[in-house]
Amino acid sequence: MMNDLDKKIINCLQDGIPLIDEPYAEIAKQLNINETELLQRIKTLLENKTLSRFGPMYDAAKLGGDFSLVAIKVPETRFNEVTEIVNSYEEVAHNYHREHEFNMWYVLATETAQRIEEVNNSIEERTGLKVYNMPKLDEYYIGLKLIA
Amino acid sequence: MNKPQLKKEQFILDDINRQIITATQSGLPLVSRPYDAIAERIGVDANEVISRMKTMQENGIIRRIAAVPNHYALGYKGNGMSVWDVPSELVNKLGEQVGALDFVSHCYHRPRFLPEWPYNLFAMVHAHNRDEALLLVEKIADVLGEYDRGHDVLFSKQILKKTGMRLL
Repeated sequence: MMNDLDKKIINCLQDGIPLIDEPYAEIAKQLNINETELLQRIKTLLENKTLSRFGPMYDAAKLGGDFSLVAIKVPETRFNEVTEIVNSYEEVAHNYHREHEFNMWYVLATETAQRIEEVNNSIEERTGLKVYNMPKLDEYYIGLKLIA
Repeated sequence: MNKPQLKKEQFILDDINRQIITATQSGLPLVSRPYDAIAERIGVDANEVISRMKTMQENGIIRRIAAVPNHYALGYKGNGMSVWDVPSELVNKLGEQVGALDFVSHCYHRPRFLPEWPYNLFAMVHAHNRDEALLLVEKIADVLGEYDRGHDVLFSKQILKKTGMRLL
């Protein structure tokens, strides 16, 4: 379980650490602990999956490739069948079942913009359902501090 | 906001940058001098690694170097996608205001599909439970005021697929 120090560490590390030779020593100083203890705690928090990851957060879209969020209105009776079809594409990175008439939401990550269209057309053809392609037009914020 | 010193176009994804990204996309080494460890692995100087990563940060390729907590492990079980119909000409201004709220994790402008899908602004909210998430949605509604011409919240029922996105 998390103790108060773990919570402080989680809250602090979400803000980001400086790009310097010895970043952990700097953070440990702010938290009034020593560097070895900080490193050990981060390792434990990663091992027990309290933290999903720790490191540079890259903006994948800026490294080339293309992304989109796509919605489908899937009749509940066909949900499993359609899930199987959609999930079969390696370009489908995430797929969520949401409570709404638009009940399937998947994220496409492809190497080219053209491939987004190809995968969507193929899904439309195989399922007979209309896909609603909703790529981001602008991004206002990414990142969130979850207070531990 | 400070303007980046270098334009995005000036970033070149050369072999060393590729190697830095590959070496760090699963995480920063948990050793006292992490950039020395990366430098050693790819056979360059640690200063070179730091300076290249600084350039990536200035270009927005690295958003920040930080921890990503597992929502569920921290007790955040009410995760909803709130969607909003706001006037197109104000979407950027309103998006900035909503994105600035401390409980919103992602905020995007996306296309409408009229008449079935009137929503053009998406904001993910994270709370300990659904009721708390709905209160946060009401706070967004307060921020948008008269420009909230309709909204909805889509809670996730099940994760059907989730793969780590490989960057390179």
